[in-house]
Amino acid sequence: MFEASELNLKNQRVQKLYRLLFLMMTMLLIIPVLLILGTLVIKGGPVLSIDFLFTSPTDGMTAGGLFPALLGTIWLVAVALLVSVPLGIAAAIYLSEYAGDNWFTRIINLAIINLAGVPSIVHALFGVGAFVLYFGFGTSIIAASLTLAIMTLPVVIVATRESLQAVPYAFREACWNMGATRWQAIHRVVLPNAISGILTGVILEVSRTSGETAPIMFTGAVFFTPFLPQGIFDQTMAMSLHLFVVSTQVPNVPENLPYGVALVLIGMVLLMNSISIAFRTYLRGKKKW
Amino acid sequence: MVTAAQPAQTTPAAGADPGAVKLAVKDLTIRYGKSVALSNVSLEIREHEIFGIIGPANAGKTSFLKSINRMDMFNSNMHVEGEILFNDRDVRHLKNVYALRSRIGVVFPLPVGLPMTIYDNVALAPRLSGLNNKAELDVIVERCLTRAALWDEVKDRLSSLGSLLSGGQQQRLTIARALSQEPEVLMLDEFSIAVDPVTTMRIEDVLKELKHEMTIILVTNLVQQARRLASRTAFFLNGECVEIGNTEDLFTGEVKDTRTRDYVEGRFG
Repeated sequence: MFEASELNLKNQRVQKLYRLLFLMMTMLLIIPVLLILGTLVIKGGPVLSIDFLFTSPTDGMTAGGLFPALLGTIWLVAVALLVSVPLGIAAAIYLSEYAGDNWFTRIINLAIINLAGVPSIVHALFGVGAFVLYFGFGTSIIAASLTLAIMTLPVVIVATRESLQAVPYAFREACWNMGATRWQAIHRVVLPNAISGILTGVILEVSRTSGETAPIMFTGAVFFTPFLPQGIFDQTMAMSLHLFVVSTQVPNVPENLPYGVALVLIGMVLLMNSISIAFRTYLRGKKKW
Repeated sequence: MVTAAQPAQTTPAAGADPGAVKLAVKDLTIRYGKSVALSNVSLEIREHEIFGIIGPANAGKTSFLKSINRMDMFNSNMHVEGEILFNDRDVRHLKNVYALRSRIGVVFPLPVGLPMTIYDNVALAPRLSGLNNKAELDVIVERCLTRAALWDEVKDRLSSLGSLLSGGQQQRLTIARALSQEPEVLMLDEFSIAVDPVTTMRIEDVLKELKHEMTIILVTNLVQQARRLASRTAFFLNGECVEIGNTEDLFTGEVKDTRTRDYVEGRFG
């Protein structure tokens, strides 16, 4: 009754073949990731130390640590987030909860998609023109962060809008039927249930922003400065640019140093990503409907 | 019930002494874009009655309810014409639609337990209208859940999520939530679709009690449910109000339009 026919056997062989094919492709994908991480850990591991994290570069950047760059990246990302997160969330709430489907919102949506597709070097040049020169911020944290903020706005908007739209429409209708205004429905029901998705998007955003080089190299990040930034109008070093500098611009850098910088940078990104994933898993465990 | 003719005679007598008109609809036409969902409906709903609306899918029943509490505001595609008088006030030209909606409780076909605690679900409407006193809220929550026949099942877990209750419990939670608005009109849109028969009967008993306190509009696709509950019933078909009459007349064949009899007797539906 259950004997396999010729056709059954053939189907099962084909199925195994495809499974193997897809598995191999997946493995191929993992190899570069493992190689990159492995190389970084092996070559950059030895230079890692508390001193490396918390001292300034010395000897014409061929020795010492990366503290100014680490601190600079934190400044840049923090200021960029302060701008892009409120702006992006507000815009997303408007687009998702208030705006009707008309030519105006369609143009805005198109603009957001296009903004996401603009190459980072173009953002950099825009930042130079707008913030460094026109607004007269000079090359400073504020100019660089604003450039980063504009570049990352589409990501914040899209992530927020998707989390908002994941909240069932029926919840809003139930509130409206009770006499709630749109804002009451948003702040009582929609936002509390979308906030986890929004925060996850924001954290991922941090990891992306911290690695960007092009948008900051003309607008606020510098090759080297002996001073730590004191405020948003100062110039600063940054991890990504520092990595570029010690890898290509400075002679006689010990081989391990750039790897160490890269390892710290990627460690920072991975740390943010794992926080984001842990957070999402935690919230998913508390499923509400 | 073999003696179906008897209530048919008693209801016109009740109709001779009608309550005040709670809701009057005149020449109501509803369009979605170019397609007409409801055309030229005129009817009156009286205070403290259960007014049934029966009809197959696409009859315009839900659109009718939406037009009453101005939910067309949220759908730019939905166009409403005609007059809707709520307590003699035309709701079409009402500025404060929020006050209107808070006087009308709505229960949906699929239960909507909001993703908050059972307590918060029922306390939401009072809170929206500015009530934050814990003691008063406690009283409202207990009273509404009791009236919705849910209190005994949930009184020990008021802080668990309302959206994770069973379907029948969620539907009673929705009713409790609607009652917490202290509504003058309660509109139920096919409330028993996702509810088991036992719960349906419990909710029907609840509605029979509630009609002493409020006006109830009961949209249903179960003609027998309309017969059990409604004093008067309208029959909607393809956007047209075919018949309005005392419910028993509809079931005893005293109808103006043969389509009503065919629908009630189940020849189409």
